[in-house]
Formats: sequence, structure tokens, C-alpha cells
Amino acid sequence: MAYARLDRREQLTGWAFIAPALVLLGLFMIYPIIWSLWMSFQVGKGMNLSFGGFANIERLTKDPVFLRALGNTFIFFIIQVPIMITLALLFAVALNDSTLRFRGLFRTAIFLPCVTSLIAYSTIFKSMFATDGVVNQALMALHIIGSPIGWFTDPFWAKVIVILAITWRWTGYNMIFYLAALQNVDRSIYEAARIDGVPAWARFTHITIPMLKPVILFTTVISTIGTLQLFDEVYNFTAGSGGPSDSTLTLSLYIYNLTFKFMPSFGYSATVSWVIVVLVGILSFLQFLVARDRRRT
Amino acid sequence: MTDTSLPAVGARPAANVRSRVPANPFAILRRALVYVLLSIAAFVSVFPFFWMIVGATNKSADIIRGKNSFGSELFNNAATFFTQVDALRVFWNSAFIAVVGTALTLLISSLAGYGFEMFRSKVRERIFALLLLFLSIPFAAMMVPLFVMFSQAKLVNTYTAVILPTVASIFIIFYFRQATKAFPSELRDAAKIDGLKEWQIFLFVYMPVMRSTYAAATIIIFMANWNNYLWPLIVLQTAENKTITLIVSALTSAYTPDYGMILFGTVLATLPTLVIFFLLQRRFVEGMLGAVK
Repeated sequence: MAYARLDRREQLTGWAFIAPALVLLGLFMIYPIIWSLWMSFQVGKGMNLSFGGFANIERLTKDPVFLRALGNTFIFFIIQVPIMITLALLFAVALNDSTLRFRGLFRTAIFLPCVTSLIAYSTIFKSMFATDGVVNQALMALHIIGSPIGWFTDPFWAKVIVILAITWRWTGYNMIFYLAALQNVDRSIYEAARIDGVPAWARFTHITIPMLKPVILFTTVISTIGTLQLFDEVYNFTAGSGGPSDSTLTLSLYIYNLTFKFMPSFGYSATVSWVIVVLVGILSFLQFLVARDRRRT
Repeated sequence: MTDTSLPAVGARPAANVRSRVPANPFAILRRALVYVLLSIAAFVSVFPFFWMIVGATNKSADIIRGKNSFGSELFNNAATFFTQVDALRVFWNSAFIAVVGTALTLLISSLAGYGFEMFRSKVRERIFALLLLFLSIPFAAMMVPLFVMFSQAKLVNTYTAVILPTVASIFIIFYFRQATKAFPSELRDAAKIDGLKEWQIFLFVYMPVMRSTYAAATIIIFMANWNNYLWPLIVLQTAENKTITLIVSALTSAYTPDYGMILFGTVLATLPTLVIFFLLQRRFVEGMLGAVK
């Protein structure tokens, strides 16, 4: 790629514009990340650390709580991200139809959850899904269930609630990205396909999805990062415990507990945090691969 | 993208699309299905808000029992909330952190986005690519060293400690760079001929022209700052410095939470993000559009 020739003055101006951001990122992001990589090879309590080589990684493989948190995080990711991305895409396509009435109203309503405060929605979910709360009552009135479900006391349903809650909150957010991208898709392509008798479903899979691929990839990666470091929801739903019996304990919550709740072992918690980094790296890479493969065919 | 930049074929059909009525019964059925699904989605999205507002007017026992009509406990709930929480102080903490944090993030990240896009060079292009790699590093990986850094600098329990690590956001820099691609370079050239310096162009030409981009970014950043949970939880340690999010969250983990009072606090904690959203929402999609192009 060729660059326009910049004179010395312009070069300096360029640096001046990005300098504040670079300084801050260096200080509060890159430096801590490198430090935490260094920490992950240290063992000991509090600030009394000594070099331990791969001792922390060995400890990971024998730590049942870590394995539990890893499994839970993975379940949240594998189930929640596809559901949310699919829903967001469907809503975006439906709302992109200019003949639809009340588009603005639907769009605002579906986007609204992600503008709520975190605390609002976790409190609301907690009270709505209380054992004798409104959801159980509605389900019992409709004869879907015979007796109330202990949403927050049953390990299975506690996971379901977490997945429901994140999906509720972030679907509209992702939908906005798709809506914005859909505005750029030339309508005449759809017109031509319609005239050629291409059915709606095929138009969706053969025009919409390929056109939106970069945005889908972007939102998938962002959602993957978000889900793998899930903390706020589980912390709030379970008063910080990750219960019942660790069934909603995530990696971030475990790091928090290791660092700030138990006897602090900075080295080990840094190791767990690097597990998230590696996972995000691998998953993003896989997602890029999938996106690229489809382009070739 | 404006309508004029669309090819003529694509720009015009809007008029006749609107007049076309689905002809066969299958199409009508499909259309009905779309409305039903969207209505369910909208209901599910909005119901919790309704529930929250109704809840703020009811007794805790009624809320748990699932009462969903307005009650008469609003003032009692408010009174309980204000006696248990130093609401003014806590609200101020949140507002200060969110407003200052958002303003700084907007400024620093848009400067960088403009800088990366307008003054391209090999080195800066490499730095940008490197930053995108760092985009995927989760906060958890920085949290422990950051905490140690701020405690060594004796800044724990200050606004500064909450705000500083959030100010330079790679995501927002990326967003501004994408949006800057749509900034007409003729405007910059004209301003240069008029003798404006680069910082003046940024301040008086770029910022006003890109106001939709700034509006969308404001919503995203303000929301993130206002709702920021994990980092403030770690770094803010005394009750008088905590944000409203932290305080209300602590109320819910009581052994028998008083939901009426809590939902009243929740309404207070949600208002600012809602107000910002409704004030800026007209520009929001416009702004997102510029960035996704």
C-alpha cells in the first residue's frame, strides 16, 4: 500500500494526534499486560513472589474449581453467542424492510435493554425470577410447569438465567450493527433476486449473510470476548458466590476471588487471566478462518 | 451514506416498494409472523422496564409475589432509599466518573482516530495493526497489575483510578478511524487554504461535521462508564466514593432484600443512560452507519 508523501511537519502532526492515546494505552494496557504475563510465572502469596516456572500452569490442571469455571465459561459462550447473533440478525433483517410499520418503535424497544444500567437489569431479573415471582406465576397459570422452578437455586436453571439475561441485554446492541450495515447493501440486488424468483430464505443466506460477513465476524469476536470475561451478571445474580455450588462461576469471577477475596495469589490469578487471553486468541482465529473459507466457495 | 450516493436504480424503488401490498396469502402470513415475532421481542425487551417502574411503587412482599400494577409505596420506598444511601453523594460519584470519563475518551480517542486516518505512514499503520491485536485482550488480564500500579501510586479509592484506564479505548479509536474515512477531504483542503492549523481544522471543521459519530460514541462510552462494574468494585473501597451501580448492587445482596426500595434506586441508576439515549438516539443510527461502512 502506498502512502501519500507527508512532509516532516505533517509527520509530527500525525504523531501529535495519536500521542495522548498511545501514552495512555502503553501505561494502562500494554505495560499491565506484559506485567501480568511475567506474574503468571511467579508463585507465592501477596507481594512475596518468586519465580516458579510452569508451576502455575501445573496447578491449573489440578485445580477442580478452575476446571469448573472454565467449563461454565465455555458453556455460556457456546450457547449464548450463537443464539444472540442469530436473533440479532433476524431482527435486523425484519426491521430493514421499509414497508414495515412501526419500525422506529420496534427498533427502539429492542435496543432499549442495552441502555439499562447493569444493576437495573440484574435486580429486575432477580425479582422477576424469584421462586414465587412473576415468571413462575405466569408459567404456572399457563400450566407449563406444575410447581415453581427454583431459578437461582438449581444449577441448571441458574445457568439458563445467566444466558437469558445476557441475551436480553445485548441482542439489540448487535442488531444495531447489522441494521447499519444493511443500509449499505444495495437494494437493487434484492430487487433483482426477487424478480429472478429467489425465495426469501435463499436471499437471506446467499445475499444478506455474505454481505454482512465482516460485521458478523466483528460482532462475533466482540461477543466472544465479552462472554469469555463474563463477570458483572454472575457476580450480581449470586452475590459474588458463583453459586449454586459453583454452577455459574466464570473465569473472571474466579480471578476476582483469587485476587481480592481469598489470600491473594497474584501469580496464579494472572495465569488464569492468561487462559482467557489464549482462549480469545484461539476462538477469534477460528472465527476468522470460518469467515475466510466461506468467501472462497 | 446518503441517498444521493446510491445508484439511481437502488435509490428510487422506495416509493413503489411502499405501495406494493403482499399479494398471495403466503406472503400475508409471513408478514403477520414478522409482526408477531417483533411484538414479542419488543414486549420482552420493554416489560422489565415497566416492571421496574411498577416495582418502585410497591412493597417488597408484593413485588416478590409478582404484583404488576401500580401501588402507593413510592414515597416510602424513596424515603427508605434516601435514609439507607447517601444518594446525592453516590449519584455525584457516578455522574462525575461517567461525564469526565466520556469527555476524555471522546477527545483522546477521536484525536487518535483522526491522526491514524489522516496522516498515514508505515510505522503508524503498523502500530494500528498492533493495537487491533490488543483489542481482544480481556480486562481480566490487566486487572491485577493495574490494581498493584494504582495502589503503589496511592491512587486507590479515587476517581482518577476509575477513569484513567478507560480513557484510551482501542475500540473507540477504531470506531473513529472507520468513521473518519467518510470525512470529506475537500473540507480539510479548503480549511487549509483558509490558513487553519491542523488542530483548528479538527476542532472547528471535523468535530462539527462528525457530530453523529460523536453522538453514537457518546452513547456507547457513557453507557460503558456508567455501568462499569468490575474495575470500580476493585478500586473504590469506601462507601462515600462508590458509584450508584456498586451501592445499589450491594443492597440486592442483603439477606432479605427490600425490592421496593432497591427498584426505586434502580430507576435512579437507570435514568441517566436512558436520558442520554433518548436525547441522542436520532443521531445514533446515523453515527453507527458511518462507522460500519
